[in-house]
Formats: sequence, structure tokens, C-alpha cells
Amino acid sequence: MSEHANLGKLVFGRLTWDALPLHDPILLATFAAVAIGGMFIVAALTYFRAWGPLWRDWITSIDHKKIGVMYVILGLVMLLRGFSDAVMMRAHQAIAFGDAMGYLPPHHYDQIFTAHGVIMVLFVAMPLVTGLMNFVVPLQIGARDVAFPFLNNFSFWMTACGAGLVMMSLFVGEFARTGWLAYPPLSGIIASPDVGVDYYIWSLQVAGIGTMLSGVNLIATIIKMRAPGMSMMKMPIFTWTALCTNVLIVAAFPVLTAVLALLSLDRYVGTNFFTNDLGGNPMMYVNLIWIWGHPEVYILILPAFGIFSEVVSTFSGKRLFGYTSMVYATVVITILSYLVWLHHFFTMGSGASVNAFFGITTMIISIPTGAKIFNWLFTMYRGRIRFEVPMLWTVSFMVTFVIGGMTGVLLAVPPADFVLHNSLFLVAHFHNVIIGGVLFGLMAGITYWFPKAFGYKLDPFWGKCSFWFWTIGFYFAFMPLYVLGLMGVTRRLSHFDDASLQIWFQIAALGAFLILLGILSFIIQLVVSFRRRASLTDTTGDPWNGRTLEWSTSSPPPVYNFAFTPIVHDTDAWYDMKQRGHIRPVAGFVPIHVPKNTGAGFVLAVLSTICAFGLIWHMWPVAAAGFVTLIVATIIHTFNYDREFYISSEAVVRTEDARTQLLASHG
Amino acid sequence: MANAAATVALGAAGGAQALRFYDSGGHHPENATLLGFWLYLMGDCLVFACLFAAYGVLGRNYAGGPSGADLFQLPLVAVNTSLLLLSSITYGFVVIEMQRKRQGATLAWLALTGLLGAGFVGIELHEFANLIHEGNGPQRSAFLSSFFTLVGTHGLHVTFGIVWLLTLMAQVARHGLIAANRRRLMCLSMFWHFLDVIWIGVFTFVYLVGALQ
Amino acid sequence: MSALDTDPARAAGHGNEDELDHDTLHITVGGYVTGFVLSVILTTIPFWLVMAKVFANPTVTTFVILGFAIVQIYVHMVFFLHMTSKAEGGWTWMSLIFTLVLVVITLSGSLWVMYHLKTNMMLPSPEQMRNMP
Repeated sequence: MSEHANLGKLVFGRLTWDALPLHDPILLATFAAVAIGGMFIVAALTYFRAWGPLWRDWITSIDHKKIGVMYVILGLVMLLRGFSDAVMMRAHQAIAFGDAMGYLPPHHYDQIFTAHGVIMVLFVAMPLVTGLMNFVVPLQIGARDVAFPFLNNFSFWMTACGAGLVMMSLFVGEFARTGWLAYPPLSGIIASPDVGVDYYIWSLQVAGIGTMLSGVNLIATIIKMRAPGMSMMKMPIFTWTALCTNVLIVAAFPVLTAVLALLSLDRYVGTNFFTNDLGGNPMMYVNLIWIWGHPEVYILILPAFGIFSEVVSTFSGKRLFGYTSMVYATVVITILSYLVWLHHFFTMGSGASVNAFFGITTMIISIPTGAKIFNWLFTMYRGRIRFEVPMLWTVSFMVTFVIGGMTGVLLAVPPADFVLHNSLFLVAHFHNVIIGGVLFGLMAGITYWFPKAFGYKLDPFWGKCSFWFWTIGFYFAFMPLYVLGLMGVTRRLSHFDDASLQIWFQIAALGAFLILLGILSFIIQLVVSFRRRASLTDTTGDPWNGRTLEWSTSSPPPVYNFAFTPIVHDTDAWYDMKQRGHIRPVAGFVPIHVPKNTGAGFVLAVLSTICAFGLIWHMWPVAAAGFVTLIVATIIHTFNYDREFYISSEAVVRTEDARTQLLASHG
Repeated sequence: MANAAATVALGAAGGAQALRFYDSGGHHPENATLLGFWLYLMGDCLVFACLFAAYGVLGRNYAGGPSGADLFQLPLVAVNTSLLLLSSITYGFVVIEMQRKRQGATLAWLALTGLLGAGFVGIELHEFANLIHEGNGPQRSAFLSSFFTLVGTHGLHVTFGIVWLLTLMAQVARHGLIAANRRRLMCLSMFWHFLDVIWIGVFTFVYLVGALQ
Repeated sequence: MSALDTDPARAAGHGNEDELDHDTLHITVGGYVTGFVLSVILTTIPFWLVMAKVFANPTVTTFVILGFAIVQIYVHMVFFLHMTSKAEGGWTWMSLIFTLVLVVITLSGSLWVMYHLKTNMMLPSPEQMRNMP
């Protein structure tokens, strides 16, 4: 009898039926909704006989275009989860004053703000940014795919599985209650003995591996696979920012991996890195995590800057002003982002000399960004500006991001930060730059490149609705927070005694509601555009009169991207080709060598997740078996040397002829 | 043949002009594997930098327990270091024989490298076991936590290297010294030497400086 | 396994031969042996300096063996890793320099910051702790 119990304990660790949130109505309702939605999707897939194509054409695809689309879908789905957390917090904080305790107990509220931060930064912004870079960069440099296509697929599934682990924590067990960076000693084993922090650690470690490998992949791609004639200083600006972003990824994510590993050793083995006794120092965690954390926010914003450069140049009908200074500004930002991290903990007590050094470097880093703003403005000056939806996002970015950047420079002054650290002013600042900068940039990029990916434009009316709701909603949601922060209100609080603050929170809740309308408008836009796609079709492949090489391909591009690799002579290569009267080749096609699809990436990622789940729940045999199987599966995969095949010249001829006809029939 | 057809096909408006914008099928992107692996190694370098930083900050926090001077047995560390250094040169011979296309000799030097690496890991495990047995495991103090983690992570890397080495031996035995295997051998070469570089840092800062206090 | 191109010969992996051999042309037995001998010397001396307590002042010893470590790392880079500023179009060199800069920033930055944090914490020394009321 006791052997039975012991075996159960061995296999299931600390996973018991208590892990299911049967007592929590909000979670039960959420689970019901997710289950019904999931069943609906399964039914639809079965009805349309889509399982086969789903596996063959998407899950196992090593095509950077498909992987890019999957990343963006992942990011958008997680946006819905992360935004639900935001709406819940805004609604709660609008009513939790005095005797009213709100509808979320602190235990629940703390998980919500933690999950909101983790999801938005790591499972919305990162996948969206990675997805766009993945889709666009090989096309922009005239390549057929990234340098390591299989690794690309594996990276995506690792990110998706990391997101899956976070979502699992909603229904099995709970998530961390520590804030998105999980500082010890709160995140240590004594203060957080439950599974929440372990879910946090392992979802980030799994996703982090994916991101790190993706970084290596894109750097190697940009360095090695540019079309002939495309020197570094002739690359599109988005490719430059992608290169710098991926350098930051390879340089920063190892730090995150190491820090989380040390925290997990503290939790699992009882080491003393960040404990309060036996020689540990929790401040070392804060130090190391921000050495990662600051470059991380530049990883998010640099691609957005690249998107804006492309959009401004295209929709002003002009070459980007100051290409060289843009490149230098990007590289300087990349390097400087490693010299500012302490500004996240001025108040931790490092003293005047240290604080002064980092305060100064933080101010310096705002300068190259300022240079970029001027370059965009000068590009627009005397241009023939078309206010298509991507351009609207860009103009709003320029205003909104500059405000956010200025509050950042304000916070960079250590004495000011002593008042404002961890207040709602800080929360307003980083939402200002992340929403105004990263999110607006991603919306501009998605709208801009959507026709390339799917062959039809997004409906402009709903795009404008989404844009206006987002912009106005953002200001309503976050300007009150600046006021509250200046009045001294602390972040991450779930209840307030001072009823005079309530009006500000109510305005912020209105803002959240407007943003919700913005998100709904975006979803409607997707549906409406799909239904109207015949009238929104992009036949030429160049719907915006673009300037870079991706616009030379069909929409969507063929699997091999380019039947013949382009030869580049100038920046804005496609514009150059159009100006100088290039002629699209219509015959003489040769067989093209491409990698095969493979399920190995998906399998390895799932095995990693099984191992992670076992570690979270202390199911040691499961974790060990998962890990060993992972290693064995990896080794077996390396024995497969037969990974490529030829697209026959006949197939290429068929594809290219179809495009020739399409171009001819639409003049 | 492809070139000629492409020239004809690439447009009537002057073959020379058309060729300027499209490569006629001769373009091969360079192989990126060695660069990609090097970039991964740079990332790994930063992981070790964090572990060194943790050791630098916490490595004197003995919590009333023993210090490095009390625990480190330098003769044993010297033996370990020699094994790893020898394994570096035996891997050098792997690459030499690989260049000479001699499969059997390559496999022999690989086996020797693996044995030396296994010896290194074995001695390290012995050292760890002794420390833990005496009650000086990683939980004893922040110094010991950072010691075990830094040295242990390096040892884990060597272990993975040995697993990789065995896998490559099987692959070279099966497929010979084809280009793909030669690339893999070069990647393992970079990995192996990189681990020796890290070890220089470890034996200097952890063992030698630690024994000085 | 990333060659996406149109050349069948390359597909079979033969096309990469020249590249690999060209890059490794400067690998010789002599190079490895020289690197090995230098490394042995550069390892033995630091061990001797510490084990035989050659310098009275441990700080001096620390700096000396630090110097030896840097030199030996350089030896490894040149003789074992064949690091040159030309390999891979200079990109391996550039990434190495960049990584080294970041390593220096991470190490020195962490040590500097943590030293200040610890000092400002004003933790009591062990004697003070023992003598507390």
C-alpha cells in the first residue's frame, strides 16, 4: 500500500488534483472558453481535412516565410492573453478603493501582473519581432532562406512551447507572483516554494534557447547570404537593424540563461547564490538580470526602428535621409545598450559615483535615437507622402515614442529616479515606449508586409479604426499613470485607500477599453480582408511601389523566393532595378536546391517541454526520461544526412510562367 | 549550358544589361556552418562570463566554512589540466589527419581525445564527490555554490563534447570524411579548444588565486 | 546543410571541399606542437609560482598568473583555434573582440557595482556581530 503511494509520488512529484483551479470561477470560465474554442478548431481542422496539410506544410516547414507567419500568429494569439490580463488589472484597479476590495484577491492579482509582463515582452513582442525579421530579411537580401533552416523551425517550436508552458500554468498549478523579472529572495525557494516560479524559469529557458539559436541563424544569414553586389552599406535599413538586434540577442540571452540557471540551482539544489544567508546576495540577481534586461528592450525596439525606416522611405517616395548616420546610430545604440543597465536599480544603493556613471550613459544613449527621428523627418520633408495605414502608425509612433523617450531621460537622472522608481510613472514610461515604439512599429510592419505574405492587402478602413482606437486608447490609458506616479502611487498594488486617486484609474480603464476596441478592429480587419481578398489582391507583388528586393517577388513569393538571385548595384536595390529598366527573366530556369521539411524540430521541442514540465512538478523520472529522449532524438536527427531535394526546372517554369501571365493580364 | 540559355532568356533589351540584375544560376551562398558555430561559442562565452562574475562577487563568501585554500588540491588540478591540454593537441592531430583524408587515423586520434576528456571529467567527479562527502557541497556557502557551478558547468560542457565526439566517430566510420562530417569535426574542434580556453580561466582564477588566500 | 543553390555538384557536398581546405590550409603539425609546448610552459610556471609560494606577496602572484593566463589564451586562439583577422571575412575576429568587450563589461561592471552595493549595505563584520547586544 505504501509502495503504491511512493510510486505515485515518484512519478507525479508534487502534481496532485489540487493543482486544478476547481475553486476559482474566473479560471474555470476561462478554461471552458478555451476548451470550447479548442474543440471548435479541432472540428474545423477535421472537417476541412486540414490535419495533413497542417503537418506537412506548416508544422514541419523549414521555409522562413511560413515560420515567420507562425511566429506572428503566436505573437498575436498571446497578445489576446496578455491583453486580457491588462483588462482585468485595469478593471480591478478602477474599483478597488477603501472598503471595496475589487474582484481579484491579491494572490490572483499578483499572478496577473507577472504573467502580463512575461507574456507581453517575451511571448508577444519577441515572437512578433522575430517573425517579421524571419519573413523579411532573406527576401530583402536576395536569399532563398536563412542560413540554418532546420534550426529556424526548431527555434520557433521552442518559443511556442515556452508560451505553451505559460498557458499551462493557468490551468495546472499557478504562475509566479513575483513580477516579470522574479527577483529573489521573493522568487527563492523559501518565499515561493510553489510551482509558479518554476513555470516562469522553465518557460523562459525553453523559449530562450529558441531565441538564442534564432539570433545565431539570422546573423549568419545576413553575413553570408547576401545577394552579389549587396555590400554591408547597401543593405536595406531593416536588415541592418535586424543584424544589430540579433547581435544583441546572441550577446544578451546567454546572461538570462545563466541567471535563471543560478536561480533554479538555488531552488532545486539549495545553493546560495541569491539567498539571504550563507553568503548569498540577492542584489547580484538584480544586477545580472538587468545586464540582460536592458539589451532586451533594445532587441524589441531596433526592428521597429527598421520598420519605420522602410515605411517612411516607401510612403514618402524618397530614399531614406542619412542612410550612413542611421547605420552608425543603430550600431552605437547596440554597443551603448550594454553600458546603461544599472539605471533599472538606481535605488538599490550603489552610491553616487556608480549612479552618476550610469545616469550619464543612459542620457547619451538617447542621442542616436534622436538622430533617427530627425532622419525620418528629413525623409518626409519634400516627399510625396501617402498616408496609408503603415504611415499612420509611423506618425503616431514619432510623437508617442518621443514623449516616452523624454520621460525616460527624466528617469535617467538618479535623484529624480529616487522619487519615481517603481511608481506608476515608470509603468507609464515603459508602456509609452513599448506601445508607442514596438507595438506601433509591429502594426505598421504587419500591415506593410501582409500583402507580400498573403497576396492581398489588409482592409484600410478597419486598419484606420484599429489605429485610432489604439492611439487614443493609449493616451487615455497611460497619461493618467504619469500623473499618479508623480503623486507617488506605487506600481503592482491591488488596493488603494485614497479615493481621490480613483478618477485617474477610471480614465485609464476607459483607455484600456478603447485599446480593446483597437484589438477587435484588428481582428475584424483580418476577417474582412480575407473575405474581400479578391478586391484587395496584390497582383504585381509590389503594392506600395516599394524600394527593396522583397517587392520584386510575387505575392506570396514562391518557395524558392528568387528563380535567379538578383545582382545588387545600389541601396534600395529594387527601386534601382525599376529605375534602370530591369527585365524580369521569363525563361532559362534551372533546378533549385532546397531543404526538406522535417518533423524533428517539433519533436525535439515537445520533448524539451516534457522535460521542463517534469522539472516544474518535481516529476523526476519524467524529467530524466524527457531529457534522455531529447538527447537521443537529437543524435538520431544528426544521422540524417539526406535533408535536401531539388525543385525541378519544370516546376520553376510552371511557377514563373503563372506569374508572367498574372503580370501580363493586369497590365 | 545554363549560362547560355539564361543569357538568351534574360531579355531582348540587351543581354548584357539584363544580366546585370540577375545572376544566371551560378551563385552559391557560402556555407555558414563554421561562422554560425563560432557565434554560438561567443554566446557560450558570455554564459561563462556570468558564472565567473558570480564567482568573482560571491567567491569570498565562505559563510564560516572552508575557503579555496583549505580545499583545493593543486597537484590533482595540475593533472586535470594536463589531461585537458593533451586532449587539445590530440584533437589537433584529428584535424591534421582529417585534412590528409585518413579516416582510420582520424578515428584513432578522436578516440584518444575522448579518453583524455573522460579522464578529466572522471577526476573532476572524484573531486566533487570528496567535497560533498566531507560536507563541503554546493549548499555549504555562496563560495562553494559558485565554485561547483562554474567548474561543474565546464565539466558538463566537456561531457557533452565527449558525447558529440562519440557520435561523430560513428558518423565518420559510417560515411567517411565527407564534407558534412569535416564541417562537424571542425565545429567540435572549435568547441573543444574553446573549453580549454575556459579552463585556463578556471584554473587561474578559481584554483590558483583561490589557493593563494 | 544550408546550401540553397542550383549546382548539383555542390548538393552532394563536394562544392564545399575547396572552401574548407582553403580555410584550413595553414593548419600544420608544427603549429599544434608549438602551441602545445608554449601552453605547457605557460601552465607549469603559474602552478609552480603558487605551489612553491615564490613571491611573498599574493597580489603580485595574482597579477603575474593573470598575465600568464592572458598570454596562454592568446596562444590557444592562434595555434589551436587558428584565429586570424581574415577568417570568415573578418567576422570571427570582430565577433570575438565584441564578445571580449562584453565579457570585460560584465565582469568589471558586476564587480564594481556589487562592491559598492556591499559597502553601502554596511553589513557588520563578524567581530561586530559577535559583540552585538
